[in-house]
Amino acid sequence: MWPTRELFTAGLLAYALAMAGGLAGHASKRTASWITSLLCLLSLAGALLEFGASAGVLFGGAESQWVLSSGVPYLSYSVRLDPLAAFFGLALSLLAASVSIYSLGYIAHSAARRSPELFCFFLNLLLLSLTLVFTASNVLFFLIVWELMAVAAYFLVVFDHESAEARKGGLLYFLMSRGGTGMLLVGFLLLATAAGSLEFSALHDAGQQLSPALGATAFLLLFLGFGAKAGIIPLHIWLPAAHPVAPSNISALMSGIVIKAGIYGMARVFFDFYGTLSVWAGMTVLVIGVVSALLGVLYALMEHDLKRLLAYHSIENIGIILMGFGSALLFRSFGHPQLAALALIAGLFHTLNHAVFKCLLFLGAGGVLHATGTRNMEELGGLIRRMPSTALYFLIGAIAISGLPPLNGFVSEWFTYQALLAGFGATPTLTRLAFPVAGALLALTAALAAACFVKAFGITFLALPRSEAAERAREVPFSMRSAMAILAVTCLVLGLGAAWFLPVFDPITTRAFGIAASKDLAANGLILTAGSLRSGSVSPAMIAALLIGLGAVPLLLLVLWGRKSSRTTGPAWDCGLAGLTAQNEFTATAFSKPLRMIFGALFRPRREIQAEYEVSPYYPKAIHFESEIEPTFETHFYRPLQHGILWIATRMRRLQQGSIHLYLLYVFVTLILLLLFGVRG
Amino acid sequence: MTERILALLAQIAIVLFLSPLITGFSRTLKARLQMRRGAGILQPYRDIHKLLRKGMVIPETASWIFSATPYVLFVTTLLAGLLIPTVSAQAPLSLYGGVLAVVYLLALGRFFLALGGLDTGSSFGGLGSSREMTISAIAEPALMLAIFTVALSAGSTNLSVVAQASLGQSWRFLAPQQMLAFAALFIVLIAETGRIPVDNPATHLELTMIHEAMILEYSGPYLALIEWSAAMKQLVLMTLLVNVFFPFGLSIGWSFATLLGLGLFSLKLLLLAAAVVLVETTNAKMRLFRVPELLAVAFVLSATALISTFLF
Repeated sequence: MWPTRELFTAGLLAYALAMAGGLAGHASKRTASWITSLLCLLSLAGALLEFGASAGVLFGGAESQWVLSSGVPYLSYSVRLDPLAAFFGLALSLLAASVSIYSLGYIAHSAARRSPELFCFFLNLLLLSLTLVFTASNVLFFLIVWELMAVAAYFLVVFDHESAEARKGGLLYFLMSRGGTGMLLVGFLLLATAAGSLEFSALHDAGQQLSPALGATAFLLLFLGFGAKAGIIPLHIWLPAAHPVAPSNISALMSGIVIKAGIYGMARVFFDFYGTLSVWAGMTVLVIGVVSALLGVLYALMEHDLKRLLAYHSIENIGIILMGFGSALLFRSFGHPQLAALALIAGLFHTLNHAVFKCLLFLGAGGVLHATGTRNMEELGGLIRRMPSTALYFLIGAIAISGLPPLNGFVSEWFTYQALLAGFGATPTLTRLAFPVAGALLALTAALAAACFVKAFGITFLALPRSEAAERAREVPFSMRSAMAILAVTCLVLGLGAAWFLPVFDPITTRAFGIAASKDLAANGLILTAGSLRSGSVSPAMIAALLIGLGAVPLLLLVLWGRKSSRTTGPAWDCGLAGLTAQNEFTATAFSKPLRMIFGALFRPRREIQAEYEVSPYYPKAIHFESEIEPTFETHFYRPLQHGILWIATRMRRLQQGSIHLYLLYVFVTLILLLLFGVRG
Repeated sequence: MTERILALLAQIAIVLFLSPLITGFSRTLKARLQMRRGAGILQPYRDIHKLLRKGMVIPETASWIFSATPYVLFVTTLLAGLLIPTVSAQAPLSLYGGVLAVVYLLALGRFFLALGGLDTGSSFGGLGSSREMTISAIAEPALMLAIFTVALSAGSTNLSVVAQASLGQSWRFLAPQQMLAFAALFIVLIAETGRIPVDNPATHLELTMIHEAMILEYSGPYLALIEWSAAMKQLVLMTLLVNVFFPFGLSIGWSFATLLGLGLFSLKLLLLAAAVVLVETTNAKMRLFRVPELLAVAFVLSATALISTFLF
């Protein structure tokens, strides 16, 4: 018997120990680098133990659950390690392990160095609360650890509290998180009243016991509440504000796994708490997924702040995940459990894949920030010569996130395509047209993502350095490189060995739809199929092997013909102009210009050019160029909302007269009203 | 087993050695239509032969990406060519990847080519990369939707299955959704292979270049590999069009009938190439920002194709 419970508890203890050590170290006011290293190693130990626990559940079927009563009514510390929880736990522990290793070298050079022990305290609090978020199985307990996670993440985001940008991003995150929790609370209570219990085990299929109107309300509240955490459009505005300003190891965790807590919540609600839903529910999720994916990548393209660009890509990938979830919901409504399993696997697989490559990319961006001190791509360039390992790992992450074969991003996007294609045959109604159109927009999203990462990698790492800081950049320490290496190898393994990994999803789909899909989705020779070999198949492992094998052809050509050809290094031709400098290079802004023009209706770009000249405008001395795009959601959605709230607040102020008698009257009137309400009910 | 290996080798030979012929034919036909003599159908072979023996200059600003790009591009394009049925309905490797893998392998090659353009630091390289990624991105929805239409009627993304399905009913290309999807894919073909009115492969003016701007700094054997890849990519996309929509002459297995199939296949390719050349000679190159409108037309065509599957 696999000691799931023991490993899980030991992992939590390791995190808790690191928290205690962090607090003690902070209180003693003696900063020593060995203490920080020890704390990071403790988190690493915790992550490895949790990895063992999750792997035991997923690969060994060693599920576990237990309940500790709290003495407080309704609240119990119930913990349940079921397959869905273990799947997210697996992603979390993988990321936690790499981030712990990364932090060994990173903390001493980042904003965290001012009080590294306190930083480790919050980091471990975040890991601990995340572990519990995925496993808590009582509504109140879940909400408590959910809030702990939000608070820990908030303090980590604003750790560099001297920067106004960080404070502002943190506040926005905190507000959105509050709003989300509010919706969650109401949604959960609606479900709990139907089930008559706050335990998750009792909530299974509770959505069915509510009246259609209440069931729909609870569904929407929970979707939006979890969506605010996941960063669906239009609740996404905190991601690009908060993720880039956090220390990079925290950005990696935020984009990699904290937003996945929202996805976990959705999976729990959609496929555990609700048995079947009407078509509109799945359609809402699918449409929000498509919109988030497309707008996320379009805004990412306009960014030249490396970390903000990555944050926008998180919105895009959450959208792709929701395309899978939305299709799964629709297929379940149409009565096609087989297809629903395929779509759910697509969504969950993309969740794991995105966690891995986004963490890798943020750690890479952190390395760049560490080496150059800037996130602005227009000041970078030429880093591939100065930081060859970081560049290689970032390139692997870039290929994976662009969904290119044979890495893991391709596999989950391929499954998403197949799910969408299969959707066309799932229903005879007009709804079927939504699936191929969503597929086409997914194709657009993926192609734009590739364009964006050509820009991100090309401008940051290739050609000539655009600033002195980039010129002087040095490779990052070994610990940071090895963390990236682990994640890069994971991208490769999850891509090539996807067929071996699929059985992990069997217990999850069995619980949700009563179907173990992995044997239909894989064939011998590491081939992935869309239900059957006939309906379509792909083999990333064979593609990789063939790409290497076919490499013999061009090599042979060069050896046979090009034997005598010489190979010299010289200045770039550059159309015959001598003296190529960094000023000649294409910039990130210029790279995305065609798309800014094509999607001008969305971006509403504004630009201002001022030229200073003495004699003639054709011989300018200096040119000042400014360009910006309109933040559509901020201007057209959040600003009116903010004005509305302020307007109501100003009116409400009249209630507050500062007189205790008046307040007592309010209390009294409320009491009477409640009593009347109670008597009537 | 031996038969499969022979089929694989045969297909490698077809993709490698037929592709420059199509390019040569297009150029010659275009020259004739413009009242020029042209350099001859075999000129692309001579170009590749010559370039492979020449020396090359690697820009000192470039990194290993610049040198890896020609190999990646060549290998990904060649592999894409092995996943689609050419003379036999049974492509040798179709089990390892269907039409999605073909599209994404070409995208992987393009990803590296665009990086190669940026790697030298020359402004024209970046300009080409930016435009190439933009145009391929906005061509993608039309391409995918048209492919979906075809895949949906065959019930598979495996190209061998799709080809066999259309082989069963040879006159199906007259169905409205097939004709509309073909029209959409034809526009995408022009955009993806960089032909007038989207891009002019013969231009000398760097500012108007797209594909050529990215590869300005390449020379010698690397340039040969890139030029050859461009020819192969054109062959792959054209094969996709002719064999999915007009599967006449495709043999079922690999036998002597495939030799006859090779003749018919080449004929179909030459006809399609001639159609592209006709479009090229009768149109002027568009401004870059008019290209999205053309691709929007392709998208509408494929969307209509999809809706007509629903109706018929």
